[in-house]
Amino acid sequence: MEQRPIVAELKGITKRFPGIVANDNISLQLRKGEIHALLGENGAGKSTLMNILFGLYQPDEGHIEINGSPVVIDGAGKAIELRIGMVHQHFKLVKPFTVAENIILGNEPTKGATIDIKSANERVKQISEQYGLKVDPRVKIEDITVGMQQRVEILKTLYRGADILIFDEPTAVLTVQEIEELIVILRNLAREGKSIILITHKLKEIMEIADTCTVIRRGKVIGSVSVKESNERQLAEMMVGRSVSFQVDKQKSKPGKPVLEVKDLVVPGEHGKPVVDHVTFDIRAGEVFGIAGVDGNGQTQLIEAITGMRKASGGSVKVLGKELLGTSVRTVTEAGVSHIPEDRHKHGLVLDFSVSENMVLNNYYKEPFTHKGLLNYKAMDENAKKLAEQFDVRMSGIHTEARSLSGGNQQKAIIARELTRDPELIIAVQPTRGLDVGAIEFVHKQLIEARNAGKAVLLVSFELEELYGLSDRLAVIYEGRFMGQMEADEKNEEQIGLMMAGNAMGAAAGHTG
Amino acid sequence: MQRLNQIFTKQSTYVPILAIILGLIVGAIVMWMGGFNPFEAYKAMLVKIFGTTYDFGEAIRQVTPLIFTGLSVAFAFRAGLFNIGAEGQFIMGMTAATWVGINTDLPWFIHLPLAVLAGGLAGAIWSGLAGWLKASRGINEVISTIMLNWIAYYFANFMVRVVMIEKGQNRSQDVLPSASASIDWLSALMDNARVHWGTVIALLCSGIFYYILWKTRQGYELRASGHNADAAFYAGINVKGSIVKAMMISGAFAGLGGAFEILGVFKSMAVMNAQPGYGFDGIAVSLLGGNNPFGIVFGAILFGFLSYGSQGMNFELEVPNEIIRIVIGSVIFFVASHGIVKWFLKPFFKKRREEKKGAA
Repeated sequence: MEQRPIVAELKGITKRFPGIVANDNISLQLRKGEIHALLGENGAGKSTLMNILFGLYQPDEGHIEINGSPVVIDGAGKAIELRIGMVHQHFKLVKPFTVAENIILGNEPTKGATIDIKSANERVKQISEQYGLKVDPRVKIEDITVGMQQRVEILKTLYRGADILIFDEPTAVLTVQEIEELIVILRNLAREGKSIILITHKLKEIMEIADTCTVIRRGKVIGSVSVKESNERQLAEMMVGRSVSFQVDKQKSKPGKPVLEVKDLVVPGEHGKPVVDHVTFDIRAGEVFGIAGVDGNGQTQLIEAITGMRKASGGSVKVLGKELLGTSVRTVTEAGVSHIPEDRHKHGLVLDFSVSENMVLNNYYKEPFTHKGLLNYKAMDENAKKLAEQFDVRMSGIHTEARSLSGGNQQKAIIARELTRDPELIIAVQPTRGLDVGAIEFVHKQLIEARNAGKAVLLVSFELEELYGLSDRLAVIYEGRFMGQMEADEKNEEQIGLMMAGNAMGAAAGHTG
Repeated sequence: MQRLNQIFTKQSTYVPILAIILGLIVGAIVMWMGGFNPFEAYKAMLVKIFGTTYDFGEAIRQVTPLIFTGLSVAFAFRAGLFNIGAEGQFIMGMTAATWVGINTDLPWFIHLPLAVLAGGLAGAIWSGLAGWLKASRGINEVISTIMLNWIAYYFANFMVRVVMIEKGQNRSQDVLPSASASIDWLSALMDNARVHWGTVIALLCSGIFYYILWKTRQGYELRASGHNADAAFYAGINVKGSIVKAMMISGAFAGLGGAFEILGVFKSMAVMNAQPGYGFDGIAVSLLGGNNPFGIVFGAILFGFLSYGSQGMNFELEVPNEIIRIVIGSVIFFVASHGIVKWFLKPFFKKRREEKKGAA
C-alpha cells in the first residue's frame, strides 16, 4: 500500500457515558485521499467517535492530531476551522430556502449590507461542477429529492473548505439509484484529495468503495484492514464476533389455509388517481409473500389500508375470513395482525415513553398489563425484560426512554413486540432498514421461524435480495397496481426489474432479449 | 440522612431552589435601583405571608385556584394539547356554581357537592367543546379556547347582570349558606381568613391527576396520544376520543377551581371588568411545576405566596406595584428557564468534576 500522509489521527480515545463505555481506547489513522470505512454494529460506538472528531463530544481520555499537530476540538466551529466537515444522517437544512441559501447559511458572502446571492450561486455552482455533484443552486430544498438534499449537505462542507469529510450512514436514506450516484461522488472527492470517513454497517458498500476499514465492536477497535485484502465474510465476522450466514436457511413452504385475502382493493389518492388500484392477492398460513417495487409506488398506502390506518374506497380485506375493511386499527390488531411499520419514529414507538411502556404499545389494555382498568407496571417490566433478552435489544435499562436507543435497537424493540404477540399475520415493512448484518440475520431468522410455525408473512422491502431470500411468492407493485405475481426465484430477476419499471407481466416477456 | 442528602443534590430539587434565589436577587437589584431597601421589602413580604394566622390563611386562599388552573393546563399539555382556555373554564365553573348555589334549596350535604359538581361539569363541557372541535374538525385548540374564553366572560357577565342580579348591586345574589364551602371552625381560628374545602380538594386533584395519567389504562392512552399521536393511532388507540377526554378532564379541574372561588371565598359573583386571569396564571404555574402534578402544587404556592406577600411590600414600604410585578416576574423567569440556572452553576460543576478527577 502506498503511504500517503496522515491527515488525522485519533489516539487512545475513550468516552464514557453513564453505565456504558462508548469508546474504549480507540485509535485510528486517516490518510489523505483515502476512503476509510468505520464499520460496526448498531450501538458499537461509531457515531460517538465521529461526534468526538467533529467536536460535539469531548473525549474522557486520549487526543486528536490533525496534520501531525495535537488539537482540542471543542465544538463544530473549531472542527470547521480545522477543515473537518460532517454529513449527518438526518439533514440539517432549511426547507423553504434555496440550495445556495442553505449552503452559505452562517457564512454568507455580503455586498454592502445585503447578501451577495449572485456570487454565492456562482461559487456553489463551481464547487458542484468540480466534484460532479450536479446541484442547481437556485432550487428550494423542499422541491428536491433526498439524494439531492444529501448532496447539498456535501456541498455545504466543501463550501466551508473541508478536507476531511465524515459521512454518517449516508446510504441509509437513499434509493438504489441514488446510492450508485453517491458512490461516484465519493470517488470523485477522494480523487480530488479529500479524506473521507464513512460510517456504515453495509458490507457491500465498503467492499465497493473503501480503501481501509476499521472495525469497532462494543466500543473497541477490533482491527484495521485493507479492504482489498479482505472480504465481506471476514469483515462481518470481525464486526459481529462470530461467523454470519448471509443465506437464509429455509425449506420449501407448506402453505395452509388462506390467512389474508385482499380483493380489488382501491385507495384514493390526493389528486383523484388511486394510489392503490384494484390490488388482489392472498397469503396462506406458512407462507411469506413479498412485495417488490420502487419506493413510492403505493406500498405505504396498501399497508395502511390493510391495517386499518387509511380509508379504502373499495374492495375487501379479509383475515381468516373476517372482513376488516372499514373497521378500526384495533379490530385489525385483534384479528391477529402484527405490523412492523415502515417509519419507526413516526408510528413504531412513542419516543418519550420508556422501553417498557413501548413494548406493550398495542396490547397495553390486555391482561396482565391492565388489570381492572389499572396499569400493571410490574407485568410490563417483566415483559420488556423478557423481550429485550430474547431479541438482544441493547440499552442501559428497560426504563430508559426509547429515544435514547440506537436506531437498530429501536427497530429490534419493535420487532420483538410485534413478533411475540402470537399473530396470525405479520406485516413487515422494511423490517431490516438500518440494521447491521448480525441483526439482519437475526430478524430474517425470526421471520422465517414465524412462517415455519404457520404464520402468514407480508413483506414489503426495497431490497431485492431480502425479498428473494425470504419470500415464497412475490408481487411487483408499480403506480399502485400489481404488475404480476410469481414464485420468488432469482431466475425471475430480470423480469422483476422490468416490472418494477412499469412493464406488466406478459409484456415483460416480450421485452427481454 | 444519606437519602436526604441525595434529594438535595438531585438536580430536579436544587435547580428550582436556586432559580428562586436568583430571581429574588434580580428582584432585589431592581428594588435597590428603584431606591427601596430590598431586605426590608422581602422582610415585609415574609411578614405579610407568615405574620398572622389571618394572612397565612389568606395566602393559602390565593394559592388554591392556582393549583386548579395549573393542573388544568398541565393535564391537557400531558395529552399534547395546549389549553389556553382554563380561564374560560374557570369562569364557567364560577357561573354554574353560583347559579346552583342561589337557585336550589337543599340540605348542605347535597347542595354543596351539587354546586361544586356543577362547576366542574361546566368547565368540562366548555373545554370539551374545544376538544370536540379539534377532534372532529381539526380546529386548533389554542384558537378555539381563546375564543371560548371571551364567550365565557361575556356569558358570565350576562348571567350575573340579568339573571342572578342582586338588586342595586353590581354582583349576583349571595349563594345560600347550605352551599358554602368555607371551613368555619378553621376560619374562626384564623381570624376569619377565608379558608375553604377547595384547598383540600385541590390537593386531592393533584393526586387524581397523577393517578389518572400514570396508573390507569386511560392515562396510558392519553399520554401516548400526547407524545406521539401517529404512534397512538398505529397502536389502535382512539386518538380523537383521547383529545376530547383529555380536554374535559382538564376543564373539570379549572371548573372546580371556579366553583370553589365562589362557594368558598366570595359567596357571590361580581360583574367582571376584565377576565380575572386565574387561567393565565395557571399556564405560568404549570410551567413552574414542570407539568408535574406535585410540582404544580409547589408552583402554585410560590406564585400565590409571591403575589399575596407582595401586597406587604406595597403596604409597608410603598414599593410600587410595577416593581413588585418585576420581582415576581424575574423569579418565574428563572424557574421557567432551567437552562440559565444550569449555566450559572456550570463553574461549580466544573470544579467538582476536576476534584473527582484528581481523586481518581
